[in-house]
Order: sequence, then C-alpha cells, then structure tokens
Amino acid sequence: MSTTTFGGVPADEPTAATEPSYLTSENTIASWLFTRDHKRIALLFFASVTFFFFVGGAAATLMRLNLAAPEGLLQPAVYNRMFTMHGIIMVWFFLIPSIPTTFGNFFIPMMIGARDLAFPRVNLLSWYVFNLSGLVVLFSLIMGGADTGWTFYVPLSTVYANGYVLAAALAVFINGFSSIMTALNFVVTIHKMRAPGMTWMRLPLFVWGIYAVSVVMLTATPVLAMDTFLLAVERFIGIGLFDVRHGADAILWQHMFWFYSHPAVYIMILPSMGVASEIIPVYARRPIFGYAGMTIALMSIAILSFFVWAHHMFVAGISIYSGVFFSLMTFFVAVPSAIKVFNWTVSLHKGRISFDAPMLYALGFVLLFTLGGVTGLMLATLAVDVDLHGTYFVIAHFHYIMVGATVSAFFGALHYWWPKMTGRLYPEMWARSAAILMYVGFNLTFFPQFVLGYLGMPRRSYTYPPEWQSWNLLSSAGASILAIAYLLPLLYLGWSIFWGRKAGPNPWRASGLEWATPSPPPKHNFEETPVVALGPYSYDPENDTFIDQEGVLHAR
Amino acid sequence: MPADTELMPEMQYATLAQQGETAQFGMWVFLTQETIFFGALIFTYFLYRTTYPHEFAAAAKDAVLWCGTLNFVILVTSSLTMVLAINAAAQDVRPNRMVRWLIMTVVLGCLFLVVKGYEYYLDFQDKVVPVVAFEVKPGEGSAGVLFWVFYWVATGLHAIHLTIGIGLVLYMLLWRIRRGEISPAYYAPLEVVGIYWSFVDTVWLFLYPCIYLVGRS
Repeated sequence: MSTTTFGGVPADEPTAATEPSYLTSENTIASWLFTRDHKRIALLFFASVTFFFFVGGAAATLMRLNLAAPEGLLQPAVYNRMFTMHGIIMVWFFLIPSIPTTFGNFFIPMMIGARDLAFPRVNLLSWYVFNLSGLVVLFSLIMGGADTGWTFYVPLSTVYANGYVLAAALAVFINGFSSIMTALNFVVTIHKMRAPGMTWMRLPLFVWGIYAVSVVMLTATPVLAMDTFLLAVERFIGIGLFDVRHGADAILWQHMFWFYSHPAVYIMILPSMGVASEIIPVYARRPIFGYAGMTIALMSIAILSFFVWAHHMFVAGISIYSGVFFSLMTFFVAVPSAIKVFNWTVSLHKGRISFDAPMLYALGFVLLFTLGGVTGLMLATLAVDVDLHGTYFVIAHFHYIMVGATVSAFFGALHYWWPKMTGRLYPEMWARSAAILMYVGFNLTFFPQFVLGYLGMPRRSYTYPPEWQSWNLLSSAGASILAIAYLLPLLYLGWSIFWGRKAGPNPWRASGLEWATPSPPPKHNFEETPVVALGPYSYDPENDTFIDQEGVLHAR
Repeated sequence: MPADTELMPEMQYATLAQQGETAQFGMWVFLTQETIFFGALIFTYFLYRTTYPHEFAAAAKDAVLWCGTLNFVILVTSSLTMVLAINAAAQDVRPNRMVRWLIMTVVLGCLFLVVKGYEYYLDFQDKVVPVVAFEVKPGEGSAGVLFWVFYWVATGLHAIHLTIGIGLVLYMLLWRIRRGEISPAYYAPLEVVGIYWSFVDTVWLFLYPCIYLVGRS
C-alpha cells in the first residue's frame, strides 16, 4: 500500500479492507452482466453512453466537415439524416442518461449511506432496456437513418419522410422505459434508504440534483412515451391522432413533444448543477453558499420546467396570449438558474481555490451555462424569437447548455470521482490540459454559430452563401479541437487504470460519505452503515480543515 | 406450509418492514408515471371530443355498450376480490382463503379479456377498425375515425396492462405463495400487485365513460 500525500499532509492509510472491492469481488463475465451492484451497473451504463456519445459525435463530425465549405461534402439527404441521428442519439442516448445512470447510479447510494439502490433488479433491467433501445436506434441508423430532425414533427414524420422513422421513434419510446426505471429507483431510494441522521437538508446537492431530475423524468417521460407511441401507430397504420387529413391537430404533436422535451433540457442540466455544487466546495475549501437556496432553486427549476414548453412554438401558430404566458414563464425559470450561478460564484469568495482538473471543468460549466442561459433569455423574448427562431443562434444557445455545460460537468464528475471508482489517480497535467482544450474548443465551435444565427443562417441547412464561410470554418476548426479534447481523457484515464497512482479513500479531502469508504469501494459500500451528524460541506478555508458528514474533524 | 426459515430482507434493506414499505412506495411512484401516460391519451381524446362533438357522438354510437358495461362490473368486482385476498393474507396463517380470492381475481381478469375480445370481434363485423375494416357511418364525417383510433389505442393499452396484472397475480400464486413467502408477517408483494391491479381497474373507470357513455343520450 502506498501512502498518498496531498497538500503536504499524509492522507489516511486505506484501512485494510475486510471485503474485496466491487471490481474484484467476482470476476466472471456473468458476474458483470447479471450484477445487481449499483456500482457495476453504473460502469455498464458508462460503457453504453460513452459508446453512443462517440456515435453521435461521429455524426456531428460529418456535419461540421460538410459545413466547412458551402459546397459541402455530403449529399443533402445524407446531411439531413446525419443531423437527425446526431440529435436523437445525443439527446436520448447520451445527454439524458449520462450523469444520472453513471454517476447517479454509482454515488446516490454511497452519498446517502445505503448499501444499494432500492430496486437493484430494476436497475439492471434499465440497462438492458437502454441497450435494446440503442440497438433499435442503431438499426435505424445503419439502414439509412431518419431525416425528420430529432423533433419528429408531423406530418413530415408520419406521411412524407422516407427513412426509418418508425424504428427511430420506437427507439425513443423504448428508451423512455429505461429513463423511467432509473428515475423511479432514485426517487424511491432517496426517500426510503437514507442512512440514520441523513435528513433532507443534509443531502449533498448532487443527490438533490438527481432527485429533481428524477421527478422531472417520471412526470415528463410518460407524455413523450404516449406521443411517440401514437406517432409509431400513425406511421405504421397510416392513420392516427395527428392526421390532419381527418381534422386532427398537427400542433398537438409539438405540444406533447415539447411538454417532454423542454423539461428534458432540465433533465440534462439539473444533474450537472449537482455535480458543480459537489466540485466547487471541495476545490474552494469552503461551504457552498446558500445550501437551502440551492435546493429550492433546483426544485423550482424542476417544477417551472413544465410551464415553459411552448416557447419552442412561438412561430408555430399558437395564440399570442399563450406566447406571452410562456415567454413570461421562461423568464421566471431564469431566476432560480441565476440564483445558482450567483451561489456558485459566491462559494469561491475567500476560498482556498486550487485549479485542479475537476474544478476547471466545473468553472467551465458555470461560464458556459451562464452564456447559454443568457442567450436563452434572448430567445424567450417574443419579438426576438420571431427573428432568431430556426437559426444557428438557437443551435448555439442549446449547445452551450447541453454540450458546453452538461458535457463539461460530465467530464468534471468523471475526473472528480475517478479515484473513487477505480482507486487510481489520473495524471493531473493531462487532465488540466484536456479541460482547458475542451473549453477553448467548445467556444471556438459554438460562439461563431451565435454570429451566424444572428446573420440569419438557418439550422438544418446543408449549405450556405459563401460569405459565411469564415465563421463556419472557424466553427469546424473548433470542432476538431473539441474532438481531441473529448478523446484525450479516454487515453490518459485508460492509462491511469493500470499505471495511475493509488488514490486512497479520500484524495481530495472531501467531506461526503462516498469518501468515507475505501477506493474502490467494497461490494456493499460501507462496512457498517454510517451515522450522519452534519451537512455535506463543512469546509473551513481559514484553518484548512474539514468535518466529514459523520462529524469527525480532519486536517487537509 | 409453515415457513420454518425466517424470511430475510434483501441485502440493501435494514428490516423487512422497510423493504415492504419501499416496495409499496415504488409502486405508487410508478403509478404516478402511468397516470400521466394514460392522462396524455385521455387529454388528446378530450381535445378532439370538444373539437368534433357531433362527429365523435355519431362514431361512439357504434361502441358496444353492453360489453363495456359488463366489463366495468367484472373489473370492479375483481378489485374487490383482490382486496379480499390481501385482507386474507394479512389475517390467515394458512394461505387457502387468499389463494381462493386470487384465483377469483385471475378468472375475472381473464373474463374481462374474453368479453373484450368478443367486443373486438363485434367491432370488426361493424367495420369500425381503422385501415383494416372501416366504414364511415352517417354523421361522423372524416373526424369520426379519430374516435376509433383512440378506442383501439386506449383499449389495447389497457388490455396489455391488464394482461401484465394477470401475470403478476399468477406469479404470486404459482411462485411466491407456493414458496411460503407471503404471510401475515410479510405480504407487501401482494399489496404491491393489488395497488397495480386497482390502478388498471381505475383506468377502465375513466375509459368507460369516455368511450361508451359521453354523448349517448
């Protein structure tokens, strides 16, 4: 056993584990494929979502290559299929499951002091259902893909589109079961499985973030399920409840779709907010500012997210009065979001800040989220939206939130919890370089798209007038940097599994319960159920000490 | 079959009571989701019903009222037998009474499906199956078919849910109870199935007036 030193103070020697770690307790393939251990299922999910991240990324690469020059590289029809599959795969097969199914799965039980999720078998089933839906979407992709855009607007998707729309819609439908099972597990676990003393106001904010997102998943996903089911029926039999030839309402599809898909944006961002709230206090050595406010903000965002959906439909022919209502509600969502940004910022004040890789990702998250959020307010303004709707401005805006913020947080979480998951430290300088590269590459890719959108370049277009080439070229160049920044962690994290330094139970000197067990954790997380005495962020920057959640004071 | 081995909670729970409570809570959370799932469909129905009241009323006249009503009675009765089974599980050490009520429940559930199947057969003869066999009846215009799309989607999804419910009760009968895992000390699994069963019943409580009663004076 090696002793890890950190900040000059020797870390606790890992207590001789009486149980082998979850990674080594059983070694057969069946022990992985039929595991009920939430930690192993988290790693299974991690493999699946990473795979789909790179599939969706490949589609994006082709799109950016195509847009590097106005004359393009792809056939227009192929381009349509690429952006559709990029959207479908990235939204449902990476962004929505990303943080909840991996880090949520791994750390929710550990953070609340439980031995597992409430329903381990449902958890495993969720992974299988996810992969089943993944196979269906890959089938659709390999057979030629769909070309409706990820929004499947009718009647294009029901009547006119030629591709494998039915398969893509069914994939989304099946995927919803996986979302619901995972979310149900989290809600029930957080309600019923908390360790003694772990009150609601002592929960880490990551747990709150996952709780908020699970509530949204549970209440929004069934509407999408019904929506895509009706779409699949209509596509299959040629008549249905969105069929305008029989007087049905095509706009109803959009209402039901966005009733899910706007909350889905919050499904993507709420766990990231939780991640940022975990990372920032650890690397600022300071309690999070306004803990109660943060929890209220999370839940407010979750609830308000259900009353903003029609801001996607301002130019779809909805009444001006509902336009005014949904515009106003959208502005309201900005309030709790802004509260969170202010609280993260103030949490840095008078802290002992160290710019380790997770912190860089978390700060990148806050900056990109702020920019994405502020441009969201511009789009929420009715008159401005009429002009900017369907342009690259919208693309840039939601990529700042969904890719900039969420993927930054995903990588931040990956680095922050990597030592706990694998027992190894990653190479710090490589990780910092990747974090900076990601931030630079991201801004270079997507900031030009704000300009292009403002100039009027429509989204989903395979070509553009030659005078916009320089902006598009910048964006494509940025995408290549971004691609490297995404691939780089695969290499050095992969390296660290075998050759990284041993991490010890608490390399970051963090206060949460997940750091109170060995790294990697034993199969049942805790040798004995911890008793919680304190909230999660008891850091003291003045004396450079912290108190863990069981109430023990540590020097850093 | 007296259980001489003490039933242990699963690894992640501290006590059997916690396990049972958690399972029930899980079912309620699941049913929240199910409610919204069917709610979206019924919402769609009301949207079109209010847009095309006359066309829908004309189309709905062809729904077989006696089948729907009979099924209503069957399903409400099955909820009663389900609850009586749970009651028996809570009171009796011997499973006989519980098993009897559960068999009744399964029989009633299957009876519902039989009546539903016969109704589908009548629907087919009446040419109200969109695309497969459909005839526009007087007064229903082109929007009448929307009612029938709703009818098939809603009753089909409901039948799938009921079939799952029957499967769950059979799982209780043929597996959990036979192995002596349901007793007055721990009968939460049966309660979970009962909650689900009543939900499926409740869905029919909403579908029945939507399909068979509204506009039928």
